[in-house]
Amino acid sequence: MFAAIISLALLGFALGYLLGVAAIHLRVKEPEIIQELEALLPGTNCGQCGFPGCPAGARALAEGTAPVTLCPPGGKPLAAALAAKLGVEADLSELDDGPAPVAQVIEALCIGCTRCFKVCPTDAIVGAPKQIHGVVSDACTGCKKCLGICPTMGIKLTRLQPNLATWQWPKPADANSQPESQQAVRDDDVEAARDMMEVAR
Amino acid sequence: MRLFGFRGGVHPEAAKHHTERRPIRRLPLPRRLYIPLQQHIGAPAKAEVAPGQHVESGQLLARSQGLISAPVHAPAAGRIVAIEEHPAPHPTGLPVSTVVIETDSEQPPATVPSTEDPFTLPPATIAERVGAAGIVGMGGATFPSAVKLMPNPKQPIHTLIINGSECEPYLTCDDRLMQERPEAIIDGIRLIRHALQARRAVLAIEDNKPAAFAAMAAAARQSEAVEVIRIPSRYPMGWEKQLVKTVTGHEIPHGQLPGGIGVCVHNVGTAYAIHRCLRTRQPLSSRIVTVAGGAVRHPQNLEVPIGARLEELIDFCGGLTEPPARLVMGGPMMGQVMPHLRVPIVKGSSGVLALSAHEVDDGPERPCIRCGRCVMACPAGLLPLEMGARMRHDDLDGAEALGVQDCIGCGCCSYVCPSKIPLVHYFNYAKGELQNRRQEKAKSEQTRQWAQARSERLAREAAEKAALRAERAASKAQQKRPPHPSKEPL
Repeated sequence: MFAAIISLALLGFALGYLLGVAAIHLRVKEPEIIQELEALLPGTNCGQCGFPGCPAGARALAEGTAPVTLCPPGGKPLAAALAAKLGVEADLSELDDGPAPVAQVIEALCIGCTRCFKVCPTDAIVGAPKQIHGVVSDACTGCKKCLGICPTMGIKLTRLQPNLATWQWPKPADANSQPESQQAVRDDDVEAARDMMEVAR
Repeated sequence: MRLFGFRGGVHPEAAKHHTERRPIRRLPLPRRLYIPLQQHIGAPAKAEVAPGQHVESGQLLARSQGLISAPVHAPAAGRIVAIEEHPAPHPTGLPVSTVVIETDSEQPPATVPSTEDPFTLPPATIAERVGAAGIVGMGGATFPSAVKLMPNPKQPIHTLIINGSECEPYLTCDDRLMQERPEAIIDGIRLIRHALQARRAVLAIEDNKPAAFAAMAAAARQSEAVEVIRIPSRYPMGWEKQLVKTVTGHEIPHGQLPGGIGVCVHNVGTAYAIHRCLRTRQPLSSRIVTVAGGAVRHPQNLEVPIGARLEELIDFCGGLTEPPARLVMGGPMMGQVMPHLRVPIVKGSSGVLALSAHEVDDGPERPCIRCGRCVMACPAGLLPLEMGARMRHDDLDGAEALGVQDCIGCGCCSYVCPSKIPLVHYFNYAKGELQNRRQEKAKSEQTRQWAQARSERLAREAAEKAALRAERAASKAQQKRPPHPSKEPL
């Protein structure tokens, strides 16, 4: 019996050691790109991309199973940054340019149940039991986690109106990209060329 | 004195003859003044008064917030009607927090000059008083002047340059001020020089203002402390970097301020305001404004209390002769288009222009013909046509690599462009997008920190709960134990 115990124990230790060595030397390294992508993502693990948290989203991005536009709170700038990191061309025209919408408590509906600020990944909602809650819009990423949990549907997403500090010049209206004006230029050119030809004759 | 000049620049039609020979007139005190709390670069001031309160002329209305900020004072005695949102003098007319004063019909007499000699004050006290008087750069940049006067042992200032170039067309407010109040300006310059402990003080005036030059030279002769020099008229001579280059020959390095090369630049209007602040203890609550443009009946310079609305200035100048094609605050090259006349004059408003249709060259934009005139005109040494083409296709990185952040927004490129491409508009758009990008980056960094802080907090709370539970369990066990000994036989 002792022989069996000793031999099995030895076998166990030897195999365990082998496994330990293998775990160190044969480790499959996680590609660095995943960590780099994860660093770009917001890190709030809101789950809006459909993956369980930002690390999983980063992995899916690296594998190419998710588009660079996966992260709604990140918006266009994040999509552009991810596309640059992955070296892919992305169609960002469908994403809107404006500031990301933020949550707003509808005060008439808020019952002060405190559920929303328990789920907020950035602690952007403040309040106390049976008091109307408020959103610190600077900290809100617009991840919508609070929207579903509110029992009275008392939270909505709104876009902040620009003020003097945040307003920026819009892009100038591009006259040349309008097909009509381009057509007009072309017609003028054609006519001028015709005139010149006639003069030459 | 040898002058050095700068590259680029343009010679727009000066159009100063409408106003340069007419004396400054005082605008009758309006019934209501609208005084915005943000009239300067930096943090907005915080209101110190409440609606219904009566304020004296020169009383503090709002305190400065932080180092780069400026307080706001009451330009006249009156009652505060409201502190509310009003349209700002900004192209969008977006609301800004504003103190509305209903002025008293009888104003108290002007303050008596202080007998104290400000030249005996230490430099830091002068900077402090200038800051408390709410003085900001009067040339239009509205940077708090006290910050530039604060003694900085790391960057001693050897040359003080006073900017009397007034290179913007139409504007003559500095010109008239120099013609009418030269002694006060010289005194202000000497005070700034004393505060900075600068070796040299140079007042540079463009050669299209001979009357102002003569007046200032005569006033400067008495003190010998200020050199008054004539510089060639070329736009944008009045821009800090170009002026420093012209006078000293040194170029301000990328991303630095004139202080980095030991030079400090102030406007003549600022020198005048500093003189008033130190000699008569008056805060900055009025300024000289040029009212001009083809649509104004009697163009002239006015001394205006801060907070008077543009319509009152225009009315005093005889009203409009035609509906203006464009309303501008500031000069026609760098000024801001105003949405309407119901916005107030602020500390940085050097002019109000109501331009008629023939003064506005507003044709349709045509394709770039790559003539390169904008490159020749750019005083910052940039390639406007290339940057504009990149921004048209939203290639922000390309535009940034070409140095769009170094654009000073002077408008020379748009002015010379034969295809009327709104180049400066493209660059403003680019600068805004770059700013947004920086903010987004800062926000995502901040979000990550918040998310991390929250997960740490949750972990800590869970650990505390577990510890509490363990403690409770232990105390329960202890409570249960006492019956145990009682079981033992006595």
